[in-house]
Amino acid sequence: MTSSTLTRVSPTRTVPLQRKLRGWKGARRWVLPIAGLAVIIIFVIPYIVMLLDAFRPSSEVLATPPTFLPKTWSLQAFSQVIADPSFHNWLTSSLIVAVSSTIIVIVVAIPAAYFTARFKFKGRMAFLGLVVVTQMFAPTSLVVGIYREFYDLGLINTYTSLILTDAAFNLAFALWILQGFFSAIPKEIEEAAWIDGASHLGTMMRIMLPLTLPGIVTAVTFTFIAAWNEYVVALTLIQSDNLKPLTVGINSYVTQYQQNWSQMFAASLIAIVPVVILFALIEKHLIGGMTAGAVK
Amino acid sequence: MNQVIASGQPGKGLGASRTLAPGLPNGEAAAPGSGAAPARRKRRRNDHSAASIGVALLWLGPVLILIFGVVIYPAIALLIASFGTFSITGLYRGFAGFTNYVNLLASPDLGQVMWNTFVWVAAVVILTNLIALGLAQFLSKEFFGRRFVRWAVIIPWAAALVMTSQLFRLMFDYYHGIINQMLLGLHIISKPVDWLGSSTFIMPTMIAVGIFVTLPFTAYLFVAGLNAIPSDVYEAARIDGASPWQTYRAITLPLLRPAILIAVVLNMIYVFNSFPLIYIMNGSNPGYGNDTMITYMYKVAFQGATHDVGMSAATGIFNVIVILIAVGIYLRFTNWRQGDQS
Repeated sequence: MTSSTLTRVSPTRTVPLQRKLRGWKGARRWVLPIAGLAVIIIFVIPYIVMLLDAFRPSSEVLATPPTFLPKTWSLQAFSQVIADPSFHNWLTSSLIVAVSSTIIVIVVAIPAAYFTARFKFKGRMAFLGLVVVTQMFAPTSLVVGIYREFYDLGLINTYTSLILTDAAFNLAFALWILQGFFSAIPKEIEEAAWIDGASHLGTMMRIMLPLTLPGIVTAVTFTFIAAWNEYVVALTLIQSDNLKPLTVGINSYVTQYQQNWSQMFAASLIAIVPVVILFALIEKHLIGGMTAGAVK
Repeated sequence: MNQVIASGQPGKGLGASRTLAPGLPNGEAAAPGSGAAPARRKRRRNDHSAASIGVALLWLGPVLILIFGVVIYPAIALLIASFGTFSITGLYRGFAGFTNYVNLLASPDLGQVMWNTFVWVAAVVILTNLIALGLAQFLSKEFFGRRFVRWAVIIPWAAALVMTSQLFRLMFDYYHGIINQMLLGLHIISKPVDWLGSSTFIMPTMIAVGIFVTLPFTAYLFVAGLNAIPSDVYEAARIDGASPWQTYRAITLPLLRPAILIAVVLNMIYVFNSFPLIYIMNGSNPGYGNDTMITYMYKVAFQGATHDVGMSAATGIFNVIVILIAVGIYLRFTNWRQGDQS
């Protein structure tokens, strides 16, 4: 694109400009999808490698030289993982921790977000400041402190410690997103409900919640995925193998003593699929949610 | 991996206690604390009903309990631990004053680890944001198959960082890795490269993977930012005969500013705190030569011969201070308040 020719619009210039644009319009029907394919390949290829490695025997993963396609196709790794009682435990742990912390975040964040979006009260700024500060701390940087706390409380090696940590550290994000949605709803809608005799809680449940559904979906997804993928806190707080979540558990397929790469990848793929589906389903809400909550 | 998504501003302690999120829509919360003009105040009074502290506590109580119980308490526990001595099994042995901090600053590894951290954060954040600007521009064009491209970009975001790190650890393996095999086949390299074992290559390799996993979130944030730009602005630019590049410079970039600021701040926090990638890809190398502050802190407390909880806690406090300063410098440098005029 020659920018210099397009800077000033004069009658003599418009004709080549139009022609040029028409040329690009025609070309972009092909160029953009092809570029899109290239982007897809870049982002998906590593996971295709993971898939292909899961479909071959572990011994072949460690072949030198490696081949892109398996020499022997095998479902062994998947069937071993699915039959592995450890894998069941890790999957259960991941589900319990991610679902519980998501529920806590939503139940706790919705009233608080609604309240700060709608009401003026002493300490509102302090509260919002506190939430922002929370956002600055990642559990990773506080992991020694988190360990000390749960050690003192005798909660090392429990789901409770993981659930509370995941909920607390994802709370700030959910609050921002939801608060954005709540304050975008015109006050008049609510007032109409109050005039009709609805209580504050009733208004929130019946009028506000349905209107903020995209925000709730975004908050739920982000919290669930963050908890599902959390690693360092679980690595630190959980010691018994049967309580480990997937992220920590799968690493024991590849250690100094055994190298079951194909099993680890099969387990990883089983763990990734639900999340990708969840993400793909809410992709539209995702952008809407981020626009309302974080960018505008 | 997504814990630090929403608006990360510096809170107190940065001399910016009244800073408010560009993340707050409609500039809503921007006025109350900032001593706005009387006219503004009046409007605000109409927006918000007043509520007493008691009622507020009822609605906010659970959030406060969680934040104080699981974020503030560990932060204080970390601070206390940084002034204590511990047995090798983690039992508190008493007050140690500044010994842990002195040990940390005297540690021969600190210089290298800090330099690694700087290179890691700067390279990943800068490159990710540059690439994401282009990628987001592309993802917001209308074309056949766009939906599939967007889905593909989500995958590294949805996959646990641990799993992606393990995957790349194998792909970059000296003997069994497909990447060496591919580059050999294409005659780009003449003999295998030890991507993860040589001190020359490991950092660039980890940075490449770091960009790969940070891109999706950043690109999506920018797509959201681009979507928020009203189309009539572009219409006006087109009528004025602006070139695409001029339009981009004069309209898109300035209007994308809040999104870029948020992306950089969040990425700084997120990349600085990124643990699994370095911990796993650098897993087979001894010592602290390729560690960042975060993996260094973890190894000091939970791994190897040291098991020094006190010094690890001191490193944790040091990290929190470093990241606060870095974000503060960035926000001051970009004069971010200008972007907050909603």
